[in-house]
Amino acid sequence: MPTPKVPQIIKDDLWKNNPVTVQILGICSTLAVTNIFLNTMIMGLGLIFVTSFSALTISLIRRIIPERVRMMVQVLVISSFVVIVDISLKSTVPEISRALGPYVGLIITNCIIMGRMEAFASNQPPGLSFLDGLMSGVGYAWILLVIAFFRELLGFGTVLGRQVMDPLMRAVGVSEGWTQWSFMIMAPGGFFMLAAFIWIANNLSVSRVRHLK
Amino acid sequence: MINLSPWVIFFASIFTGNILLTYFLGMCSFLSVSRQINTALGLGLAVTFVLTLTAALNHVIYFRLLEPMGLEYLRYIVFIVVIAATVQFIEMVVERYSEALYINLGIFLPLITVNCAILGVSLFMVIRRYTFIQSVFFGAGSGLGWLLAILAMAGIREKLKEERIPSALRGPGIALIITGIMAMAFVGFSGIVQIQ
Repeated sequence: MPTPKVPQIIKDDLWKNNPVTVQILGICSTLAVTNIFLNTMIMGLGLIFVTSFSALTISLIRRIIPERVRMMVQVLVISSFVVIVDISLKSTVPEISRALGPYVGLIITNCIIMGRMEAFASNQPPGLSFLDGLMSGVGYAWILLVIAFFRELLGFGTVLGRQVMDPLMRAVGVSEGWTQWSFMIMAPGGFFMLAAFIWIANNLSVSRVRHLK
Repeated sequence: MINLSPWVIFFASIFTGNILLTYFLGMCSFLSVSRQINTALGLGLAVTFVLTLTAALNHVIYFRLLEPMGLEYLRYIVFIVVIAATVQFIEMVVERYSEALYINLGIFLPLITVNCAILGVSLFMVIRRYTFIQSVFFGAGSGLGWLLAILAMAGIREKLKEERIPSALRGPGIALIITGIMAMAFVGFSGIVQIQ
């Protein structure tokens, strides 16, 4: 397998081969917390930490893992890093850790991480694997952050907990202020928002391909 | 919480707190294996079985072993190993004793280990501190709820094949919108009973 170039890895992970929009992987563990931007941010950081360091670890020991138990070793490495994330969240931001509930633990079963370990880290050098893990984590987190931003904005009218839509609506002359779309906070809102994002992303990719032709 | 009847938990986890439509768990296999009713049914049954079994096993291990020893932080690692081992064991048993079942279910079993719903149910059970019986009913109910959702989805998607869908929405895009509509329908159940 040829070693990919650094800019190529970054471009692929962030947009061209993005885990969420193109491969639709790993949305289970995080879509649920996208109704509040701050929680998504913490979750995203945790996920980036786990993907990058598991990729590094797997890549470092890739020559000594027996082929048959490869998956099991990967799962164990990933879950050890998740335990680190969980404990550090509990001690630094206990309220957010409680709000995230079981979803931090569910990073383990996030298919993106396993996917990157299989496809990249288990046969590439450590430096590049770390970068690839980091970038696919970032590629995943930025999309969920966009979704979270709009869900929180429409659902609560807030950005990072600060009310913005209410004064805005009053400024343009709507006397009753902002009516919250409580629908956006509930589960269906998350599904629709992700679908809308994929639709837009696919449209952009399609027009880009046409333009190149 | 501790006094909730197991049957209430059972129905709530199918309808009002559907593991997929309210908690977004098990999305990956839900989106990729929901193209045909038969395969969806097979996977759904396998998930229900594994969920019930692992909920029971993990309950015993967590509350009898990990918690008394103060090793709660190890639960992620222990749970995932228990799930992987259970799946492996079932695969071996099914392969040995029933060829027909192996052909129908066997291909799904490896998929189940990374199905977030399985780990999710065990983690919810710990957070909500269910008793043993409650956990078993919760596992079975969540599995059936997942089965219901993927069956409905497969039915809709089979009809969808002939429809004209905007090209950018084909595949996962339209599937997510349908899931959203299904989730809206399930929100309607939430007035009946609530577990949290």
